[in-house]
Amino acid sequence: MSKTMAGMSSLSVKNLKRKPGRTIALVLLTAFLALAVFGGSVVVLSLRNGLQSLEARLGADIILVPSEAQSKVSFQNMFLQGTTGAFYMDASVTEKALEVPGVEKAAPQVFLASLKADCCSIKIQVIGIDPEKDFTVQPWIARSLTGELGDLEVAVGCKVEADIGEIIRIYEQRCKVVARLEPTGTGLDTAVYCNMDTMNKLLAAAEAKGISHKITSNDDSVVSAVYIKVKDGYDIDTVNTALTGKLRKVTAVRTRSMITGVSDSLAGVSRTITTMVIVIWVLAFVILLLAYILIVRERSREFAVLRLLGASRKMLGRMALLESAACGLLGGILGVVAAAVGVFAFASLIENSLGLPYLMPAFFSVILLAAGTVLLSVAVSAAASAISAWRLSRVNPGTALREGN
Amino acid sequence: MILKADNISKTFFRSTGSANYFYAVSPLSLEVPSESVTVLTGRSGSGKTTLLNMLAGILEPTEGKVLLDDTDLYSLKDDALSSFRNERIGVVPQGRSAVDTLTVMENILLPAKLYGKNAPAEEVRQWMKDFEIDHLAEAMPRELSGGELRRMAIIRAIVQDPDMLFADEPTGDLDDENTEKVLAALYSFAHDRKKAVFIVTHENDALKYADRAFRMEKGRIDLQEN
Repeated sequence: MSKTMAGMSSLSVKNLKRKPGRTIALVLLTAFLALAVFGGSVVVLSLRNGLQSLEARLGADIILVPSEAQSKVSFQNMFLQGTTGAFYMDASVTEKALEVPGVEKAAPQVFLASLKADCCSIKIQVIGIDPEKDFTVQPWIARSLTGELGDLEVAVGCKVEADIGEIIRIYEQRCKVVARLEPTGTGLDTAVYCNMDTMNKLLAAAEAKGISHKITSNDDSVVSAVYIKVKDGYDIDTVNTALTGKLRKVTAVRTRSMITGVSDSLAGVSRTITTMVIVIWVLAFVILLLAYILIVRERSREFAVLRLLGASRKMLGRMALLESAACGLLGGILGVVAAAVGVFAFASLIENSLGLPYLMPAFFSVILLAAGTVLLSVAVSAAASAISAWRLSRVNPGTALREGN
Repeated sequence: MILKADNISKTFFRSTGSANYFYAVSPLSLEVPSESVTVLTGRSGSGKTTLLNMLAGILEPTEGKVLLDDTDLYSLKDDALSSFRNERIGVVPQGRSAVDTLTVMENILLPAKLYGKNAPAEEVRQWMKDFEIDHLAEAMPRELSGGELRRMAIIRAIVQDPDMLFADEPTGDLDDENTEKVLAALYSFAHDRKKAVFIVTHENDALKYADRAFRMEKGRIDLQEN
C-alpha cells in the first residue's frame, strides 16, 4: 500500500469511528439488505434441495397404492410432512404389476405406524423394504450402512431420536438401530426402515396388540405400496393406464404428478420470497442512495478542507468509496450473521409452516452464499455512494468553505 | 521563487441585473516575490478572496495564467496540481477549516499525513505553545473557540512549510494580543525562511507588517504606498 493510500485509509477509519451515528445507520441499512438476500436465498435453496431430494427418494415412475390410501391418509403428506399412516393391499399386486407390458421393476414396501404407548419407544412410521427388489431406498441406506439390514435391525431417518446401537421398542419387539440416514428434507426423515422379515414380525406383534393389517381373515401377505420403474421406450402414462385397468382397488399414482404439485407450491413460495427480497432491495437501495446524497451536504466542508490541503479528486473519491465499502462490509457480515441465526435456529419452524420438502444447503454452499452476499453488500454500498463520492470529490474548496461558515 | 498572475480575471453568472455575467476580479497582473509579506485590503465583496483562491490554485481563473516558478498551475492535471499545492502552497481559509473527526493535533499534521510524509511533531508542539493552544492538542475542533481554531489553521499552514502561504482574514477571530502574535509569526515565516506570504484582510492591523500592500475595490487592485 502506498503511503498516500495508508494516510487516506487511516483518515477513513477515524471518520467511521468518530461519527458513530452516521456509521451505525449506514451499517444497519446494509445489514438489512444482506439479511434479506442471505435469508431469502437460504430458504429458497432449501426448498429446491428438498424437491430434488424428494425426486431422488421417490426414484420411481409410478407408485401403486390401495385406492383407500388417498382418502385414509394423504399419501403425499407421508412423504412431505412425515405424518404416520398405514394401508394395505394384497402382496400379489407386485407380481401382477410385473406382467404389465413396460414395467421393468416393481418394489414393494409395507408401512406400519407405531403407537405412542407403552409398547413403543416412539411414535414413528416404519417402512419395510424388500432388499432384493428395492431400487429407491437401498441406495440411500447404502450411504450410511455397509451390508444389508439384518433381522430386527433398523435404519433410522435423521430426525428420529435414536442413536446407532440403541434399542428401540416397536410393539414390544426390540429393534437395534444400525444406521442413521442422511437428511432428505422430507417426511422420510422421520421414518424407520427395516427388511421384510423384520416387518412381518412387527406386523404380527401389532396384530397381537389389536392393530390389524389383514385385508381378509385369511390373508397375511400384504404390501402398502409398490414402486414401479418403467422400461425405456415405454410411455409412462400408457403403462399407468394399463396398471389401473389390470389391478382392482389399486390406484396408480404418477410420481411426477406428486412432484409437480410440490414443485408448483415451491415455485409459488420461491416467487413470493424472491419478490419480497427484490422489493426490500430496491427500497433499501433507494434509502441508502438518499442517505449518501444527504451526506454530501454534511461533508462538503470537510472535503473542501482536504482539497485545500492537497488531496486530489481521485484521493477524495477513493476515500468516500472506501468508507462506504467498509460500511457495506460490516453491514454485510452483520446481516448474514443475523439471517443465519434466524434461518438455522428456526429451520424446523420454517419447514413446518411451509409444509414443503426443506433441506438446508451443504455447509460449503452456505459459506459461498454468505461470501457472495457480503461481496454484494460491499458492491451495492459502493454503488449507492458513487454519486456522492463523485460530487464530494468535485467540491470547490473556496465556495464550500464560504457556504459552510 | 516568484508567483505571477498574468492578466487573470474571474467572472460569475448572475441571474439578476442587466448583464448575465459580472467580473468578481477584473483582468489584472500581479507578482508575489519570496521573502516578502504582501497584504491585500478591501471591503467585503470586493473580490479579495476570489483573487486569493485563484492565486492559491483552488479556483481556476476565467482568463489568464497563474505561474509559480514558471509552472502554470492550471495547466497541471488534478493529481499534479493537488500534490503541488500540498508541497508548495499553504492556505489559511476564512472561518472554520478543521476536519471535525480529527483532533487538533491530527488536523495540524493532516497535510503531511495525506501524502504519507513525516510530520514535524516537535515544531508543531513549539508553535502550539507559542500560540497558547498546546493544551488543546487532543481536543476535538467542536471544543475550540473561533480564535483557537484560527490559530490551529495558521500553525497547520506554517508547519506545512510551503513556498507560498496565503491567509484569508487570519486575524478575524483574534484579540489584539493574538493578532500581533500571528502577524509577527507570518512576517518571520516570510523573512527567516525566505518564503512568500499573501494576506487578505479588511482590517488595517496587517499593514504594518506588509512589505507591499494593495487595495481592492470592485474587482480591481491598486498598489498602496506603505
